[in-house]
Amino acid sequence: MTAYDLLVGPFVEFGFMRRALIGCVALSLSGGPIGVFLVLRRMSLMGDVMAHAILPGAAIGFLLSGFSLFAMTLGGVVAGLAVALGAGAIARSTPLREDASFAAFYLVSLGLGVLIVSLKGSNIDLLHVLFGNVLALDDPALYLIAGIATVTLLTLALIYRLLVAECFDPGFLQSVGGAGGLVHFLFLALVVLNLVGGFNALGTLMVVGLIILPAASAQFWSETVAGRIMAAVAIGMVSSLIGLLVSFHTQVPTSPAIILAAGVIHAGSILVGRHGSFLRQMLRTRHLRG
Amino acid sequence: MLRSQAPSIQCTDVTLSYRRHPAVHHLSGVFAPGSFTALVGPNGAGKSTLLKGMVGLIKPDSGRIQIQGAGRNEIAYLPQQSALDRSFPMRVIDLAAMGLWRKTGPFRRIGKAELAEVEAAIAAVGLSGFEDRNVGTLSGGQFQRVLFARLLLQNARLILLDEPFTAIDDRTTEELLALICRWHQEGRTVIAVLHDFDVVRENIPETLLIAREPVAWGATSAVLTDANLARARRLQEAFDDDAELCERPAA
Repeated sequence: MTAYDLLVGPFVEFGFMRRALIGCVALSLSGGPIGVFLVLRRMSLMGDVMAHAILPGAAIGFLLSGFSLFAMTLGGVVAGLAVALGAGAIARSTPLREDASFAAFYLVSLGLGVLIVSLKGSNIDLLHVLFGNVLALDDPALYLIAGIATVTLLTLALIYRLLVAECFDPGFLQSVGGAGGLVHFLFLALVVLNLVGGFNALGTLMVVGLIILPAASAQFWSETVAGRIMAAVAIGMVSSLIGLLVSFHTQVPTSPAIILAAGVIHAGSILVGRHGSFLRQMLRTRHLRG
Repeated sequence: MLRSQAPSIQCTDVTLSYRRHPAVHHLSGVFAPGSFTALVGPNGAGKSTLLKGMVGLIKPDSGRIQIQGAGRNEIAYLPQQSALDRSFPMRVIDLAAMGLWRKTGPFRRIGKAELAEVEAAIAAVGLSGFEDRNVGTLSGGQFQRVLFARLLLQNARLILLDEPFTAIDDRTTEELLALICRWHQEGRTVIAVLHDFDVVRENIPETLLIAREPVAWGATSAVLTDANLARARRLQEAFDDDAELCERPAA
């Protein structure tokens, strides 16, 4: 088998592989920066929580109209935003801390979502919702993912300075009259949109992996926000490519393959990354004069 | 800047509390336009709480804090040795440039003129050459200086500082203090929470000694007397769990 057969052939030969690749590249483009900001805000686990939270919404869409992209997307967005706002509001108005409040919401959401899916569908449907079906992306699903990526990147470009300021020093932003709360909400909305966009491809559980893993790895490669975003996007794309190819050649399920590829890159980053990796700590570089 | 334009803060029977237990109790008085006041008192005396009340982070339970001559978002406020994430990937120059926020807002470009301003501010706090360093590589004192550079750029007429010199060496303290005194000479209103009585006696014209209740307020030499300090020290630090409702009539 030549390198061509191994790396390029599957995409040239099969339309579904091209579609899968395009979908994953679009997801990586917007998921990368979203993940970097989640990590910076110490909200890495929040991504996971929100992914579970969209499940009952998508499930209700599924219950009402089967595998309808529109219904499931709408349901997911509504449920995700409701949980984000509800958990935030409870954390602010009661002594319950935000992480505990989010955890409570997502456990309930997960239970509810699984229950609703199994009311109507089979275990296969449940697996589809939980783990996605990246090899069966149709046109509307691709448009949805690409549209969400576009909206995400444009919005991030618009609120970039606000978002960085809000992440680093929310008190300062408040004192100069910047709209910190609004930015926080816009950001959460983008998180929900990306999760919903991704769950068609990778499923509600796996999509978080393509958002958080590259961002967590990017920390070992750059010490600026912009640098981390670029690294995260690149890592996301490479993981997608490797995952798709491995899945194609070895017949393993695709979304776990993509996430595992990202996981391997993450392990590699921890070991040999440029900043703070084990390798860096072991190479005791000689100190300078001043 | 004319002294008459400087902001003043009028406190009218202000009580600020946590869970109904007052941290600042029935405080009335005026921070005059262009005044430079030290806020001193034992731990738990309500100094930081009072500043937060002025910025609007805490709402008074009763009474009013009125600021004349400056909007809420025209106050430069330096919180206590803040909980800022020092590992955040941000350069010194980026952090300082946040001080231009009221000018640039979230969208406007930071051009050459603004950059020059930022560099001048960094130079004023003695950090020239550090512009491109990450804030994570700075020492605690250097980081505090960057925050001062940001304050400089905010160019606010009302400046509130909460323990600005904690964990800072004598030389840096002196330099930063000179900076604050210059702000005062330019006619800005400055209020600073401080612990070092010597620094206060030597440099700061007015003092508010507070121990939950105001103990004394006025010229520093008249406030920082042994009798006043002894009174302040007798403050009961713990809240009284069984405290009854405060029946003191509003002034």
